[in-house]
Amino acid sequence: MTQASALRAAAVLERKRIRKERFAQLRRNPAFVVGAIIVGFWLICALLGEILAPKVPGLVNVLVVNRAPSREFWMGTDSLGRDVFSRVIAGARPITLMATSATVIATVLGTSLGLVTGYLKGRFDVIVMRILDAISALPVIVIALLALAALDGQSEVITVLIIGFVFTPIIARTVRAAVLYEAELDYVAAAKLRTERMPHILFVEILPNVLPPIIVEFTIRLGYAVFAIATLSFLGVGVELGSPNWGSQVAENYNGIFGKVWWSTIFPAGAIATLAIGINLIADAIMEAFEI
Amino acid sequence: MSTPTLELRDLRVTYTVRGIDRDVLRGVSFSIQPGEAYGLVGESGCGKSTAAYASMRYLPRNGQIVSGQVLFEGRDMTGVGDRDIREMRRSAIGMVYQNPIAALNPTIRIGDQVAESFTLIGNSAKESRKLAEESLVRVQIADPTRVMRRYPHQLSGGMAQRVVIAMALASNPRLLILDEPTTGLDATVEAEVLDLVRGLIKESGTSILFISHNLGVIRSMCDRVGVLYAGALVEEGATETILQNPNHPYTVGLMRCIPRGGLHKRLAHLDTIPGTPPPLGSDLPGCVFVDRCYMAQDICRTTPPPLCECSSGHFSRCHFSDQVVDFPRSVVSAPAVQQMGDAQGKDLLTIAHLSKTFHQDDQDVRVLTDVTMSLGRGETLGLVGESGSGKTTLAKTLLGIFEPDKGSIIALDGLQLGAMIGDRTPGEVGSLQIVFQNPDSALNRRHSVTRIVARAVEKLAGKPKREAEDRAQELLNSMSVDPVLHSARPTQLSGGLKQRVAIARSFAGNPKLVVCDEPTSALDVSVQANILNLLADLQANESVSYIFISHDLGVVRYLSDRIAVMYLGRIMELGAAEEVFNGPHHPYTEALVSSVPAIDGSQRVRIRLGGEVPSPANPPTGCVLHPRCPRMAASGLAHRCTSEEPELHEVTPGHFMRCHIPLDQLRQMQA
Repeated sequence: MTQASALRAAAVLERKRIRKERFAQLRRNPAFVVGAIIVGFWLICALLGEILAPKVPGLVNVLVVNRAPSREFWMGTDSLGRDVFSRVIAGARPITLMATSATVIATVLGTSLGLVTGYLKGRFDVIVMRILDAISALPVIVIALLALAALDGQSEVITVLIIGFVFTPIIARTVRAAVLYEAELDYVAAAKLRTERMPHILFVEILPNVLPPIIVEFTIRLGYAVFAIATLSFLGVGVELGSPNWGSQVAENYNGIFGKVWWSTIFPAGAIATLAIGINLIADAIMEAFEI
Repeated sequence: MSTPTLELRDLRVTYTVRGIDRDVLRGVSFSIQPGEAYGLVGESGCGKSTAAYASMRYLPRNGQIVSGQVLFEGRDMTGVGDRDIREMRRSAIGMVYQNPIAALNPTIRIGDQVAESFTLIGNSAKESRKLAEESLVRVQIADPTRVMRRYPHQLSGGMAQRVVIAMALASNPRLLILDEPTTGLDATVEAEVLDLVRGLIKESGTSILFISHNLGVIRSMCDRVGVLYAGALVEEGATETILQNPNHPYTVGLMRCIPRGGLHKRLAHLDTIPGTPPPLGSDLPGCVFVDRCYMAQDICRTTPPPLCECSSGHFSRCHFSDQVVDFPRSVVSAPAVQQMGDAQGKDLLTIAHLSKTFHQDDQDVRVLTDVTMSLGRGETLGLVGESGSGKTTLAKTLLGIFEPDKGSIIALDGLQLGAMIGDRTPGEVGSLQIVFQNPDSALNRRHSVTRIVARAVEKLAGKPKREAEDRAQELLNSMSVDPVLHSARPTQLSGGLKQRVAIARSFAGNPKLVVCDEPTSALDVSVQANILNLLADLQANESVSYIFISHDLGVVRYLSDRIAVMYLGRIMELGAAEEVFNGPHHPYTEALVSSVPAIDGSQRVRIRLGGEVPSPANPPTGCVLHPRCPRMAASGLAHRCTSEEPELHEVTPGHFMRCHIPLDQLRQMQA
């Protein structure tokens, strides 16, 4: 029995070892480290926004309009005298929250569609995939602008739903491709040979095996969602008016660049860029670790 | 002695896996003389292919040569620049891969691909095409002009391998490396490809490095052979010496686990090699084989054995090579199954007029035609035939995965079964199960071993979850899957253990009939022996019936009571195993049996099937075998064979054949 428990420990250790080796490989990957530090920084900002911000982000002060970065205003002030540093920190929350929710919606919808179409194939697959092709032919920004204009230009919920909807076909296609391969494997036939029903086969048997491409696709889409939301808020839709959004901050201040007031544009723009790059670095590293 | 064509000197190669360097070759040395055929054998993961690729300095991106030398015609290739390496590969070495279809570019016509290997060595485009066509003639491709215009996917495996061989020989290489060149091919095609290679090297004097796990193939091809285990060469010598008087425990074990020479489950269990090869990159301070060796002493654990010369030119790396002759068996040789199944009693399975037609591109393709047979309780029916003969389709139709054509009858215990799984009761589904060919594909790699088996018990035996889990543990224990592994995932198990789990799952619903679809073809021979013993024991204890599908006639012969030989969706011969194997055979069976290379070196007259397997979409008129039949011409029945399809009729009690030639005439022809 002691030998048996030693062996059991060995089996568990083996699994842990592989996981540990994979994680060690991730940590050795400079792309992952840099990406994780950047994304980690913005996540902390998103969580602790008000606590970290030295000033109230929305506080207008006409006495300190367009001040250059200084000891008091680390990133200077904007045309309304608001502290740029505090606004950049506060801007992390809406964009991370919205981008994540949109990507989660796209992933859940896309995964379900991909599972069903890849498993059933045939006519159902053809019809659904052609509809998805049509959706992905529409440019994200244009369709989001139209929908927001028609519905409620300032609704964050609608923005999230639309981006989720537009990203769904891409995830569905990735998942479908993986499912097409998995469904041919004999463990699926074995499941049928013990009278399992389709939902069990899809979600309990096949889904766990197509997780790696889903995780990778999720991370990539997250980066795109950040860009889409920043673009929309730059165009002045999809976010609450006056809220400290990075895109709106760039939009409100970019004219100042020509008057040498660069800080109120560059810092929020840099925030958008670093978050998107950080997510993409992580996506690349994960792809490498999963050997996709 | 002249300079060897290829010599490896104490070569060490590592692969970097998940960031850690792992030993793959641990100081391998061997040499190949000009014109010599050298074989490398060993189980998978022992470093055979790595040795071959390292010889061309063609390692995967994560592989590196750590120390040692690769001498090609006396020149060390480990240090030379990429340009010289390319030059060597282009002009002096030819390579033939395991999967010929994957080795050819699917988007380029065969003619252009073959011609390219001639332009590479400096011929003009026009000359190259001419040379390409000639080279296809040389590898005995009928109608080369037409083949030149085809794409790789339009060729059969055997044809594609001929094309690859033609390309490998384009530069008249001094060394030809063949990496399991016939592993994916049918025995009949394998025999032809081997004949071809043998003939070609005889005329050109090329040296050969031949990698195979099949000892029979090695025997028929190689002058000398090296046995690799865990990245170390454990034994080396003339092929005949090694196969007749092996002097390393590993080689002895390998030879003993192969079912051959008419061995049958009713005579003895197969011997096995206990344990599994050490995982990649393990630290092995002593003898590499120590963990699986019955003769291991303390010295074996601490000191690597020196290479000692047992007889002239025969080397073994074992501390006790002089005692290996008395190497004990690992399994008692008692009969596995005492008596034949209750074949005379009531039939368990009855199949009548079973046909299966697929609709492809608006065309009806009939892959099973009028299959009629029965199977007794506790009996094993071996199902053999070339790929495409309908073996797996028959199995999947029985199981209800494919829907049979109208009018087909499948009855279990006298009760007719529904066509598809959905039409059958859970009890019926549970009593008809399958063990798939590839356990990697058959087990969900994200579920634990217990979960896989318990779920099957839950659904098929109708037990609640808790009870199902207990029963699953019990089943796994009876398959000798150690309890410590029950919580493991399939990916953590060796191939043999995975197949045991798959077998445990197939027994979840107390099956009456288990279809074994090539259950050991993805496994190494030592593991195969274990699985065959297990299947035989299970049959003895549970009196379950098997339909055993395999292309390995030795394996089929070991396990089967009766054999059905299939060709183009039809049963050509059906009878007791001894009768089918000993003859007189159906002409098709005769060709199959004669194409297997014998390990003991006994010479058999090769009966050849001409041409390729015809498409089931467009079967030949008359007897479907007639365009390839080796006996039709001499039988004087050609007119009848080409016009009228023979019935499956009883030639002696219990022995059926689908052939116009009378049994006595067949007996005379085959004498």
